[in-house]
Amino acid sequence: MRAPVLILGATSDMGRAIAQRFAAQGYPIQLAARQVSRLEPDKADLEIRYGVAVSVHEFDVLAVETHASFIQQLPEQPAIVICVVGFMPEQKACEQDLSLTLEVMRTNYEGPAVILSLFANVFEQRGFGALVGISSVAGERGRASNYFYGSAKAGFTAFLSGLRHRLAKSGIQVLTVLPGYVKTRMTEGMRLPPLLTAQPQEVANAIFTAIEKKKDVIYVRPIWRWIMVIIRWIPEPLFKRLSL
Amino acid sequence: MSSPMTPRGSLKTLCGWGRYPVQTCHVYCPRSESEILQLLKRDLPLIARGNGRAYGDSALNGEATLQMRHFNRLLGFNPHTGQLIAEAGVLLAEILEIFVPRGWFPLITPGTKFVTVGGMIAADVHGKNHHKEGSFVQSLDWLDLLTSEGQIYRCSPSENQDLFYWTVGGMGLTGVILRAAFRLRPIETAWIRQTTRIAKHLDEVIDLFEAAQDVTYSVAWIDCLATGSQLGRSVLILGEHATREELPAKYRQRPLRTPQRRKLSIPVDFPNGALNPLTVRAFNQLYFLNQQRQASQSFVDWDRFFYPLDSLLGWNRIYGRRGFVQFQCVLPLSTAREGLSALLHCTSAAGAGSFLAVLKKLGDQQGYFSFPMAGYTLALDFPMSQRTLKVLDQLEEITLHYGGRFYLAKDSHLTPMRLRQSDARVETFVKVRDAQQWTVNFASEQSKRLHL
Repeated sequence: MRAPVLILGATSDMGRAIAQRFAAQGYPIQLAARQVSRLEPDKADLEIRYGVAVSVHEFDVLAVETHASFIQQLPEQPAIVICVVGFMPEQKACEQDLSLTLEVMRTNYEGPAVILSLFANVFEQRGFGALVGISSVAGERGRASNYFYGSAKAGFTAFLSGLRHRLAKSGIQVLTVLPGYVKTRMTEGMRLPPLLTAQPQEVANAIFTAIEKKKDVIYVRPIWRWIMVIIRWIPEPLFKRLSL
Repeated sequence: MSSPMTPRGSLKTLCGWGRYPVQTCHVYCPRSESEILQLLKRDLPLIARGNGRAYGDSALNGEATLQMRHFNRLLGFNPHTGQLIAEAGVLLAEILEIFVPRGWFPLITPGTKFVTVGGMIAADVHGKNHHKEGSFVQSLDWLDLLTSEGQIYRCSPSENQDLFYWTVGGMGLTGVILRAAFRLRPIETAWIRQTTRIAKHLDEVIDLFEAAQDVTYSVAWIDCLATGSQLGRSVLILGEHATREELPAKYRQRPLRTPQRRKLSIPVDFPNGALNPLTVRAFNQLYFLNQQRQASQSFVDWDRFFYPLDSLLGWNRIYGRRGFVQFQCVLPLSTAREGLSALLHCTSAAGAGSFLAVLKKLGDQQGYFSFPMAGYTLALDFPMSQRTLKVLDQLEEITLHYGGRFYLAKDSHLTPMRLRQSDARVETFVKVRDAQQWTVNFASEQSKRLHL
């Protein structure tokens, strides 16, 4: 039997879509989230639809001191770990509220980096596996409208890049996913350009294919690669005056 | 991540399947019960919306429309009883895709599979087997309802019975349906053994229906433009789930698999008026010729038999940008012949050719506010225009005269007065809604229009 796919942040729209995509291919699924009771319906759903084994696990990305024991108590070590955790409150609120600022930094960078580096050690010893981090195009350049979230994601992107470098020789895949806009709870109520906005299922499909093809970094909608090239290349004096 | 937030709403332009009326709504897409609770606490009336397949304004509310599609999990299936437990936003199409290959079929299904579980309960939908097996409530073991007080009640024929029978057919006006348990039937094959009969006029089709009492599925397509002695000319379609034995050898190997059908979609709005008496007449002629040429008995896969229009994705666009209205009433057995004849006369006299005209025999009904009653139901649709509105007025008057009533899931035109004249249960429903404070929390554009 195949080793399972672990999804960290499984109650999110993207987490649910990813779980469905892998379950549809017959992978056993481990769902992890802070409120473990909210995962029970998803467990039932995946089991009925796809006939795969599903287990649920309590996981608090901010409680980094528990991460090692979280990995130890898993009934089976996963083949693939996908970290979907993310938190993006209003930028304005972050500027006024230090605790919110910290929560953004810790949820989007510290926690995901800690849990994935612990898994990296396990995978390295074992000699196979894939580690997937959902980062963000917001991490490619800091912008006034979103730089707390963006800088944490920038850190996470750099972390994934370094981890990939380290593990290149041991055959462990490290995949950085840059989704661009996605229609989820996080972006609800925002006016998003349809051409640039992916559905959670598209993200799930892109991840599934990227794992099969052993990719390193993917933009879910290819157009984002070119948009970010332009945004990165705008000279700072000009960039300062743009509202982005 | 952090504490459960009140879901952010967004302004969206919504309409029903008929694309009339169109309404700007504050739309909320909750992911959890606690988010719905937060919204209920504001005491602004809201309406739950499934897949938007009610034709008119049943699932619209300008103040707050709850998009329930994130509640789309299957929670349990018992292979001994066929009982499926599902969240309200699960689509019937998903259920079919998963369970037909496993040998199960919904006990009751409406004529489209693009409806949600919640929607099927709220409208207490009926299908081609209503005369024999009743409406959706007959297959329903229980439902969980989130009510005005913010409580979740398990409702069934034996538990919170009144709430149960007001909720089925209650058009979402009693609370938010969260999940439900209902039964599927075992099937040996995914095929229907279909028999077609041509009826030369209305009397003949009714005779054929009466003779086919014991057949599980029956429905008739009427040529609405036929007049005089041909009034009510129709094709009666009868069906039974085929057993494995009955199947032709080529299907018998894998009896639960059916060929994939090509889906056509209507990519653009047809020009207003593309459907006119001439084109409809041409369509009906072709349809009848085709039916006459086909062998009277054949094996049809479940998708083509139950959901012939679903293969034409977005078929509502053929009516053009102005949209269309559907009219569906039921007449009691005692007046059915006379009343149907009057309704068809009115339609053909107005030259307002209806593209689809469906006639179906209905049986008795359980729900306190469900649409069906023992008799005959006629469904017609018309492209939206000023003339159509006049025809609807006449059709409604005729229905009242013959003691019939109207299907709210199709309606976008009735007045409070006519609804009350048609159905003595309305007053009771309104009284209960007031007494239970449901009016504070639950309303749709339809309930506002009809003073429910």
